[in-house]
Amino acid sequence: MGVLFWFALSAQAWAASLTNRVLETVLPNGLKVLLVEEPKAPVVTIQMWYKVGSRNEPIGKTGISHMLEHMMFQGTPTIGPKQFSLTVQRNGGVDNAYTTSDYTAYYQNFAADRVLFGLELEADRMAHLLIDEKQFQPERQVVIEERRLRIEDQPASVLGEVMRATAFLAHPYRWPVIGWLSDIEGYTREDLVQYYRTYYAPNNATLVVAGDIRKDELLPRIQALFGKIPRGPDPPKVVTVEPPQQGERRVTVKKEAELPLVFVVYHAPNLTHPDTFALDILAYVLGGGRSARLHQRMVYEKQLASYASADYSGVHVDPYLFGLSAGPLPGKTAEEVEQALYAEVERVQREPITDRELQKAKNQLESEFIFAQDSVHQLATMLGSWESVASWRLLAGYLDGIRTVTAADVQRVARQYLMPEKRTVAILIPTKPAPPTAPAAAPAAGGKP
Amino acid sequence: MRRHRGAGLQAVVLLLLVLVVGPGQVLAAALGQREVLPNGMVLLFSEKRALPILTATMLIQAGAIQDPPDKPGVANLTAELITQGTTARTATQISEAIEFVGGSLSVEAGQDVTTVSLSVLSRDVDLGLELLADILLNPTFAPDEIQRKVQEVLAGIQRTQEDPGEVATEAFAALVFGTHPYGRPLEGTQASVPTITREDLVRFHQANYRPNKTILAVVGDVRLADLKRRLEARLGGWQPGGSAFTPPADPAPLTRPVVRTIQRDVTQANILLGHLGVTRDNPDYYAIQVMNYILGGGGVTSRLTSKIREERGWAYDVGSAFTPDKYAGTFSVSVQTKNQTAQDAIDAILAEMRRIRDQPVTETELADAKAYLTGSFPLRLDTTGKIVWLLANIEYFGLGLDYVDRYAGFINSVTVADIQRVARKYLHPDRYALAVVADLAKAKLTP
Repeated sequence: MGVLFWFALSAQAWAASLTNRVLETVLPNGLKVLLVEEPKAPVVTIQMWYKVGSRNEPIGKTGISHMLEHMMFQGTPTIGPKQFSLTVQRNGGVDNAYTTSDYTAYYQNFAADRVLFGLELEADRMAHLLIDEKQFQPERQVVIEERRLRIEDQPASVLGEVMRATAFLAHPYRWPVIGWLSDIEGYTREDLVQYYRTYYAPNNATLVVAGDIRKDELLPRIQALFGKIPRGPDPPKVVTVEPPQQGERRVTVKKEAELPLVFVVYHAPNLTHPDTFALDILAYVLGGGRSARLHQRMVYEKQLASYASADYSGVHVDPYLFGLSAGPLPGKTAEEVEQALYAEVERVQREPITDRELQKAKNQLESEFIFAQDSVHQLATMLGSWESVASWRLLAGYLDGIRTVTAADVQRVARQYLMPEKRTVAILIPTKPAPPTAPAAAPAAGGKP
Repeated sequence: MRRHRGAGLQAVVLLLLVLVVGPGQVLAAALGQREVLPNGMVLLFSEKRALPILTATMLIQAGAIQDPPDKPGVANLTAELITQGTTARTATQISEAIEFVGGSLSVEAGQDVTTVSLSVLSRDVDLGLELLADILLNPTFAPDEIQRKVQEVLAGIQRTQEDPGEVATEAFAALVFGTHPYGRPLEGTQASVPTITREDLVRFHQANYRPNKTILAVVGDVRLADLKRRLEARLGGWQPGGSAFTPPADPAPLTRPVVRTIQRDVTQANILLGHLGVTRDNPDYYAIQVMNYILGGGGVTSRLTSKIREERGWAYDVGSAFTPDKYAGTFSVSVQTKNQTAQDAIDAILAEMRRIRDQPVTETELADAKAYLTGSFPLRLDTTGKIVWLLANIEYFGLGLDYVDRYAGFINSVTVADIQRVARKYLHPDRYALAVVADLAKAKLTP
């Protein structure tokens, strides 16, 4: 079909034009700056990416990257405590940040005319964060509440946490990004100051600005604002390499819940490895929508599960995981569902996928790449995350890499990485909730003690 | 948005809007065009050629509010099933066709409307529209597909029970709305869903999936004339009709605090506190939004966040919202805090509701709220997905395509006195609904 060929060219053109539109500059202090002129809407996104996440944390201080992320909003000598977001919003902006195992990212999105204002705020907190004890103590409690909200009371999150702690023996990917509760309770102000000094230096960061900007006008302003921040010592390298897995690992979590869950993960390489493309395709063939194999077989045909999916992302500094997960329907067991997942893994190892499946996965990945450029925020996020774990320039070759994958490649990576002795299996075993209380409209007296 | 549209629009009024985004910056912006097609469907359109993509959102007046009173869940099950087989295609053929081109086609029921969303690369517009038309016009509601979806929906309802936030939301809606349809879960219940028959679904589809009950917003890399020709070819045969809808009687306001507590083995109490709010056409709508921004809508800068999160560290997330649905609205404050501080958080929420009623807000607070609400408007229009959503909702709520032009004026006209007036009129710290999902022995609530 000619149309497919045309489409492939078109997607290629979009990838190429992205590369041409990014202006990369490295300041003398080591800060990498990526600027993208994207004038289709009168907005700008300013994103600062630090190459630090939970993989950099020592045991006993897990979650400290995330704790520091919270403190980055708590003031400098010029921007008082709690004033950062207030100032951003007063200028019509939205701001937030997030921490992962591999990076910590800060963003401010504004109408385009506020770009310098946002950059000043970002430069200020890179150089002059205060970390006041008075702000730190309540913020620690906020983070503990965040842990309760996101992890403790969500059965799937608890299972994921235990699963990663089992899949990794040695590598710090084994601990949760938010940190273990006892560690969150234990950091001192000095720990945070030390961590900030170690990792929040210009030579460990990438600034991405995308939107309705003029690169030529903006770059000198960025050089003036950030150029005066001194380079820091090189941050310590993570030396731990996860040893090869020698046999299946199984773990269960018993928790108040309604239905079981089944998670299966395998060790898999990151986006610097040539197999990353075939693994992306494999994840889509198995889990890329309702027509993909896991949904078709387990949800639609056999009616074993209410959902079944596959997950792979190479955007990690070190080798991470290829995952499968499924939720049994009422009356079906975790064991049946687990076996059904393996049946699909074995099928993809035994027989090559069809040409149409291969082409569908390629089309999905290419389309996703184009749709991601609809939002300057998402575009900048793609550049920042790839640069933080390896290099944004790998994006230029991404669609080429996807396009050259063959059915034999997919079969080979399925055989190589999805081996029974390399897998970690985590099962949620629901325990019964207490009987629900009867609906009661309490005759409360004004509701005020 | 700065770019001007090309020619070829003789039949359509092109609305050139002046969008004020901040002091000194004025942008000419064409938000979109509106047209009523011969079969009664309203089309909103904006051409965007920066990327080879097309995004469409369809709002059909086929929400849970149209459910038969004794069978909650019909609208949801209908929405789930229209992609599961037509006279021309099986369920798998539909999903395979759209996924093969890297597109997406999804249907989701809400309380008021069912939303159909289509995203495709622009070269696949024909395929996308063909599938869209097929699922709207020709669903078969095959018995084995119904049986499958009933099982999935029941599993979903069951799994919801393990999410404390969802459990609290459901309990809160029941307290606020009582017997009004908004008080029922839109998926239906474990009891109601198995009683839904094929005839219920066919009847619901016939009555409500009609072009005269439908808004279609399209944004992307296509010319209007092309789009209209394709819509005529695919949807021209879609017949207007269906039954008239009589809105339910207004829900009765609470007359005193009502409390529902639910035991779970959780570390945090999930708390929802609130009462009836306002509909979108309330003349005080903008004053209410500014007031709520100061109270709890303004993210980390709001009073509730300041008291509960920043000063005390009691919660990661606390916020308030006035949510306007078509026939009634809700005011709600949501917070999650460790069981032991549940009552403290509730007391703080009520205290802030009283304070904004009893004392005028400061000029600075008002100025900050206005600066954010008006200054952030460009961020509400910076992707095709956001523009298509805004176009559809402008039409649904009858805001007019000059809404973008008038919005800043609405916000900027609000005064300190307005804030206090609407706080007194629309916040009720003496008659509210309170839903709490917690480990109750630890939470020690003192209602």
